[in-house]
Amino acid sequence: MELLLVLILGLLYAAGVYLILRRSMVKLLLGIILWGNGANILIFVLGKITKGSPPVIDDAYRVFQDVYADPIPQALILTAIVISFGLTSFAIVLLKRVYALVDSDDLDDLNTPEEEDI
Amino acid sequence: MLFTVLTGLITSSLLVPFGKIIKTKWSILLPFIPVILFLFYLWHVPVVANGTTITQHLSWVPSLGVNFDFRLDGLSLLFALLITGIGTAIFFYGRSYLKGHIYFDRFFGYLLLFMSAMLGVVLANNILTLFVFWELTSISSFFLIGFNNDSKASRNSALTALSITGIGGFFLLAGLVLAGNIADTFIISEMFAQHDKITNHSLYPLVIGLIFIGAFTKSAQFPFHFWLPGAMKAPTPVSAYLHSATMVKAGIYLLARLTPALGNTELWNTTLMVVGGFTMIFAAIHSLFRTDLKGILAYSTVSALGILTFLLGLGTTDALIAMSVFILVHALYKATLFMVTGIIDHQTHTRDVTKLQGLRKVMMPVFIAALLAALSSAGLPLTYGFIGKDLIYEATLNLKENWAIWLTALAVLTNIGLVTAGFRAGITPFTGKLPEGYQDVKMPYRAMWVPPMILAVLGIVFGLFPGVVGDYFNYQTANAIAGTDTDMHLKLWHGFNTVLTLSVATLAAGAALYFAHNPTEEKLLSLARFDVVSSQHIFRQIGRSIEKGAGWYTNTIHNGYLRSYHLKIILFAELLLGYKLWLSGPIQIDYANLTPLSWYEVGIVAILIGALYIIVTTKSRLTSVVSTSVIGYCICLLFVFYSAPDLAMTQFTIDTLTTVLFVLVLYKLPPFINFVRQGILIRDAIVALGFGIIISLIALRVLYEPNTTAISDFYGENAYLLAKGKNVVNVILVDFRGMDTMFETVVLSIAALGVYSLIKLRLKSSEKE
Amino acid sequence: MKSAILQTATRYLLPILLLFSVFLLLRGHYHPGGGFVGGLVASIAFVLHSFANGTENTMKILRYKPLSLLPIGLAISTAAVTLPLLLDLPPMTGLWLEEPIPVIGMIGSSLFFDLGVYLVVIGVVLTILFTIALND
Repeated sequence: MELLLVLILGLLYAAGVYLILRRSMVKLLLGIILWGNGANILIFVLGKITKGSPPVIDDAYRVFQDVYADPIPQALILTAIVISFGLTSFAIVLLKRVYALVDSDDLDDLNTPEEEDI
Repeated sequence: MLFTVLTGLITSSLLVPFGKIIKTKWSILLPFIPVILFLFYLWHVPVVANGTTITQHLSWVPSLGVNFDFRLDGLSLLFALLITGIGTAIFFYGRSYLKGHIYFDRFFGYLLLFMSAMLGVVLANNILTLFVFWELTSISSFFLIGFNNDSKASRNSALTALSITGIGGFFLLAGLVLAGNIADTFIISEMFAQHDKITNHSLYPLVIGLIFIGAFTKSAQFPFHFWLPGAMKAPTPVSAYLHSATMVKAGIYLLARLTPALGNTELWNTTLMVVGGFTMIFAAIHSLFRTDLKGILAYSTVSALGILTFLLGLGTTDALIAMSVFILVHALYKATLFMVTGIIDHQTHTRDVTKLQGLRKVMMPVFIAALLAALSSAGLPLTYGFIGKDLIYEATLNLKENWAIWLTALAVLTNIGLVTAGFRAGITPFTGKLPEGYQDVKMPYRAMWVPPMILAVLGIVFGLFPGVVGDYFNYQTANAIAGTDTDMHLKLWHGFNTVLTLSVATLAAGAALYFAHNPTEEKLLSLARFDVVSSQHIFRQIGRSIEKGAGWYTNTIHNGYLRSYHLKIILFAELLLGYKLWLSGPIQIDYANLTPLSWYEVGIVAILIGALYIIVTTKSRLTSVVSTSVIGYCICLLFVFYSAPDLAMTQFTIDTLTTVLFVLVLYKLPPFINFVRQGILIRDAIVALGFGIIISLIALRVLYEPNTTAISDFYGENAYLLAKGKNVVNVILVDFRGMDTMFETVVLSIAALGVYSLIKLRLKSSEKE
Repeated sequence: MKSAILQTATRYLLPILLLFSVFLLLRGHYHPGGGFVGGLVASIAFVLHSFANGTENTMKILRYKPLSLLPIGLAISTAAVTLPLLLDLPPMTGLWLEEPIPVIGMIGSSLFFDLGVYLVVIGVVLTILFTIALND
């Protein structure tokens, strides 16, 4: 399964890069989201992945009795997921705002007002 | 001592809010700042003259060894007195000179800042503190030189001065840090004890090379001299202050200060002697051809700085004594001459020496001041300049080497030039017939001619009592530079000897040259032919080619297209990471340790890949957003399978919310644009796949490194014992790493506020298209 | 998207989901759950309600702007972090009551910290979504 996860995260990164290289702002944002997902899986794979034993101590005991999944990548990813929501929402609103101003999805159009100022 | 440095800094910043008030009659308060500081240092003279050194220590950045260490010895005191004393004169003078100027407050703000920075330089006992103040003088002098900011020439020369001294500062910092590391201390007085260690170190030539560049740029030594004549675009009070007594002498001060730590080696002395010697004769000749009064003074200043460097290079006790006297001599007469020039300029609106004549008839007191200064600069007996010149000749004559006679000749030639330049600046404008149109030139305000008069008279008084002056001011200065007792006793009269003969010959030759040679525009223009090989020209060419190169680079790399930046960054990352991967050798995969696959996992991965394909190829926004959320849910399922229930829940809810968010704004979002060329698509696909492959390879490589689980084990074992929680992920979030979570919630709040204000923000009408 | 079925459903779903979110929050220390997840579930409950009944009506139920939850949540977290200082302990030290309370379970300062996170998450999500929804 690790190999499949590695394949997926490579593909997520690749798709992210591909979308980031496009001219569209919406695609840029989607690319960043994909990239975030890829990074999450990367962190997840790098901790040992374990099946069916979450890092929760059994009710009857005070310490782990058995192997358990690495809690640190999970804590990291949980934080990353929530933060990425903040990032995405801010980016979407920014995008909406830019669109209201320049009336286009074309990143290149953002250059022109600046050049006219000079 | 700290307060003397801070006074100027604080007052300077106070001028920002109270600038308006200081433009009124309250401006009379300004000159009293240097007056008080001057008195403070004057009060220390008897103590320091006894050989006492006063130190003060204040922690600033102790961990980096940067502290406010101040030290007042003979050398520092002489400079502090010059800075505050000449400063007093300049403040009184400048207040009248700039009366009613729109940026009056700004001018004094810069001037105060500069004065404090100079005091900081000469008082600092820590080379890093010294450097900070050193840079501060560069910056404040930039503002002062470019004070007439509506003139392009003024702005240009300010930039030249800043870039030359700034580049010098860069080298200086490197040199100082190196020296400090070798000596294992940044305290200057402690470095003296490390003299042998530093001079025997293999990096010693580099250290002093760097420091030399710093000092030579600041003190306008060849080939960096040209910024100083250029800086004459500044208002005259600035020239008088910066270029007679303070800023340009900072380089000399630095060299003198570090002589006990770094000096007395053949390399040190020879370099200083050659550079100083060349600069002094080169600039002296140049000064003969100038027609602008300030130009004459500028070149004669460069020449005088050359003399000081040269004396430092000789390094003998005689030379150091001569140097300590000449610093004072030069400051007194040069400040006077500059101020006189300023008066002439202020009253007649020209500084062209070919046009000015006979002004004594309209401004007699100014003439007297100028004459006294010119005589002191010429070294007429009974002036302080005479003593200074005598000492210089004595220093060269007393050398034992065979070629020393050539040094004497060099000094004589330079001084002949300086005599002529002094006469030209101090006497020519006042003698002869007053030309038409200058009859009603008015006397300047008293505050303008009294300060130069006082300085000029001091030049005579000091000359009459050289013994007293020497004991109080110069003796300890020379000691501080030499690092030993120089046993100096100045006398007014040395008897009839070679030195006197040379002095008289210099004076005669200078006077003869003064009458024989008249600078004209034509002669100046004929000199311009050599501009092509001048260092100024070369520096300008270098500057231009850097500009061109930067322009080319910017146009090529920074083309303004975001995707092109992305492409370059990603390609670079690929190369770097790929190279590193290649270095790390082949990747081995341990198939036995892999987690087994099940059919539903393969199914999910298949869906994921399909969704990815759709996102990349679709032309519809809705499809791509839906596919993104499909990917999110698939990842969520993977988390479920692999023991991460918290993650699965979070991913699920966040994914839902993100989709809702997209849907909310989707119809407001612009449609995709799809101008593409096949070639570019293929290129991007290759780059993207390359990046994906590299990341995957990195993941594989890391995966089969033995990983340490010490931290995870700690959390796992102590989750309940220490934090009374059984869900380790949650315990990490709210307890072990609670601070991180705390800040995360703050970041989230900021994002929400950002969204809120972006939406609520009403566009100003001007911002709407 | 006004459908009678959905409206009726959300009338019952809202309290149930909110209860569930609180349940997730409280059990977070022992079982999967916690402030983040709880807060997200609660926000989804409100978002669902706003889909069925319109954002204006949801705002009426909320009474206060969701933005005001941010300072409240941050204050509670900060208080939980700094509370040990009053007892001369380093900040973030976990303080616990000796005996568990029925239904809720063990109460300690981390629970309050999590409560702060819970409120901040609700505030953030609702602020973002509702400002966008209301200003179109």
